[in-house]
Amino acid sequence: MTRRDLLPWVLLMVAALVPWLAGLLDQGYYVGFVRRMMIFAIAAASLNFIMGYGGMVSLGHAAFFGIGAYVVAIAMVHGVTSAWIAWPLAVLFAALAALAIGSISLRTRGVYFIMITLAFAQMVYYLAVGLKHYGGEDGLNLAQRSVIGLGLDLASETTLYYVVLVALATVMLLLNRAVGARYGRVLMGIRENETRMEAIGFATYRYKLVGFAIAGGLAGLAGALFANHNLFVSPAALHWTQSATLVVMVLLGGIGFRYGGLAGAVALLMLEELLAALTDYWHLPLGLILLAVVFFAPRGLAGLFARRGAA
Amino acid sequence: MTLLQVRGLTKRFGALAATDALDLDISAGEVHAIIGPNGAGKTTLISQLSGALTPDAGSIRLRDAEVTRLSAHDRVRRGIARSFQVTNVFRAMSAVDNVALALQAGDGSSFRFLRPVARERHLFARARQLLERVGLHERADVVAGELAHGEQRQLEVALALATRPALLLLDEPMAGMGRDESAQMVALIASLRSDLTIVLVEHDMDAVFRLADRISVLVYGRLLATGTAEDIRANDEVRRAYLGTDAA
Amino acid sequence: MTTTLLVEQLLNGLQFGLMLFLIAAGLTLVFGIMDVLNLAHGSLYMIGAYVAASVAQVTGSFWVALPVATLVTGLVGLLLETTLIRRLYRRDHLAQVLATFAVILVADDTVKLIWGPAPIMLSAPAALAGPVELLPGVLYPSYRLLIIGVGLALALALYLFVTKTRTGMLVRAGSSNRDMASLMGVRVDRLFATIFVLGAMLSAVAGALLGPLLAVEIGMGENILILALVIIVIGGIGSIRGAFVGAVLVGIVDTAGRAFLPDLLHRFLSNAVAAQLGPALAAIAIYVLMAAVLFFRPQGLFPARG
Repeated sequence: MTRRDLLPWVLLMVAALVPWLAGLLDQGYYVGFVRRMMIFAIAAASLNFIMGYGGMVSLGHAAFFGIGAYVVAIAMVHGVTSAWIAWPLAVLFAALAALAIGSISLRTRGVYFIMITLAFAQMVYYLAVGLKHYGGEDGLNLAQRSVIGLGLDLASETTLYYVVLVALATVMLLLNRAVGARYGRVLMGIRENETRMEAIGFATYRYKLVGFAIAGGLAGLAGALFANHNLFVSPAALHWTQSATLVVMVLLGGIGFRYGGLAGAVALLMLEELLAALTDYWHLPLGLILLAVVFFAPRGLAGLFARRGAA
Repeated sequence: MTLLQVRGLTKRFGALAATDALDLDISAGEVHAIIGPNGAGKTTLISQLSGALTPDAGSIRLRDAEVTRLSAHDRVRRGIARSFQVTNVFRAMSAVDNVALALQAGDGSSFRFLRPVARERHLFARARQLLERVGLHERADVVAGELAHGEQRQLEVALALATRPALLLLDEPMAGMGRDESAQMVALIASLRSDLTIVLVEHDMDAVFRLADRISVLVYGRLLATGTAEDIRANDEVRRAYLGTDAA
Repeated sequence: MTTTLLVEQLLNGLQFGLMLFLIAAGLTLVFGIMDVLNLAHGSLYMIGAYVAASVAQVTGSFWVALPVATLVTGLVGLLLETTLIRRLYRRDHLAQVLATFAVILVADDTVKLIWGPAPIMLSAPAALAGPVELLPGVLYPSYRLLIIGVGLALALALYLFVTKTRTGMLVRAGSSNRDMASLMGVRVDRLFATIFVLGAMLSAVAGALLGPLLAVEIGMGENILILALVIIVIGGIGSIRGAFVGAVLVGIVDTAGRAFLPDLLHRFLSNAVAAQLGPALAAIAIYVLMAAVLFFRPQGLFPARG
């Protein structure tokens, strides 16, 4: 095993130790902070899967994140508290929405695909705003966190933390397996040369659609976890700028690299936290740092550490 | 037996008729060359036969089944494969990965998410066999983008062969090749003729006359003449339109 | 629904659309000719509005504020093009997205630093505070009429520029085939800088003119950017004519949609449903329009790209 193969395991162990460390240093805030990073890491990883491997640049991914969050919140309003019902429902609804949106969007290419995904995401956003019964523009509070049973109480910050960590680890494991499996090869082939893929017998539309739906479902899972983390959902989570932020995370982390999405989410959120502690006007240095990445680390953070051409 | 039957094929780009009510018959087992001046519509024809372009009118029948509106990937399943005039391989992947991917398309479902492809040894073994067939086995692990031009053209053919076609459409396989490389390619195509039916678009007249059972001459999207090499060489119209006196 | 209301809303739509055209024109040219997806284009619109507001406050004159804002934003555009945008010509769209997204961040906080986080006031010129009687009984705010006038004038000027001047011809040549144009010896860097600055100035005019009607606040650029993107996709990337038609369409559909759709729905659906659905449908009307256009004409209405 090379050093690079060990890195994810090291990170996993570090992440597992965070709550203990935070307790030791009496910095409980960081449990929630790292938890939020992990939730967005799931969303960013799912986007990297379709962007980096399938070449599908979606500017509407936050819609699926938001759908997942809203499903959990709305279910809660109607008394459905079980995570075993609400979370799979969140994933299902998000995946179905992605299937629907993808079935139309994937008939376009390039910038038109980007715009159509954006358009559909805006529709979902305005629908959320229009849901006056569920808070509309003001958003919706969750009365409690989902009930998971198994002797675990998600009301505990640390327990929720570990559930999110397990989810993230599982998602990364599955996505990395998929990348190395037949399906991953097909996606990569599509990204590189879709015409040739058709010419050797792959019905590329089907593969892209399945990938889009899977990514949407995973974003929905992240959304479900977010609803629990925040105990509040609002249409702001579905705004197109949120989708743009997810895209930025993937680009920052390194598009097409196995840990690009994760690295990007962690890096962006840590940067935000660090800079916000220094100044109120933290968007400014953040923008400058992103510009530096564009010119000095064009393959993103993961690209800085990878061999040439490796993924 | 007629393997491929084309009737009244028409394709317009704006006012230009790239393919103009074309009729063509390809017999099973033959090497059928398509020649013609630049702009005659040869690649457009190949694209319509392979499914990359949809014709505006006319029909294409493979073994008596209508395939005119079938997508490219469905035609591959029916046994039609095509190589590209401008090299169109997966440049970031090694040659063996290129061919393995093409083999994967015909080897059961690719909706598999858990098993690493690297474990499917049979795919890679067959890929190397195919590369050997086209003469690339020593360069199998080289990244396609780094192969020499002639080698990339060989890879093009290997990718088309990987789909186990009955009908192979080769679009200028010798494009940009030097004399030695061309000779290799001619030998390769000659070695394939017993297994497949080949439609060969080419400018290299030496290769055409050496390989082709029949030749069709395309001018302005229309078929000017079809026949054996002798027929075509002797045809006055063809000489005027295309061959000139050198090919006598 | 009275005639007055209908005329008023149509004119409002036209007015909004013409301003959107000023913004979309710059965006479509930059994307069509330089192949750069400039997300920061909305920020130029924002800067125009803010500068206009400040100058208007200091001098007390809207008529001074407008040209000053246009010039200042033009200079900012020039600075942006020479330092950053020209380094993005060779990069892929994703790198451009990241870089121009970064510019949005920098611009938003720079504006916040200078003007503070709260929205600021930009008043329409006092002389145009009153309405004008267009038809008997149909009154329309004269300021909005001014906007329509300026919008049409600039649209005409742009049309003449593109069709009659040498630079304009280069723009059109570049629009339909960038490589051809540079191969033909066009002074590419000067042309590109000119186009970019032109786009910036048009956006500034729109920002200054719309300032009194919409809020002058941080984030206004992002809101308008998304409309501009929808417009250039509808119109066809690289086409000024497309941007014009697309902008007017979007302006009218959006305005009329918000004004009439909720009422329309009330006639067919129950009050509760209409109250929920109405505003939502009105908001997504332009996206439905875009999806519909792309369904029938995947390259937009007037594709300029060869």
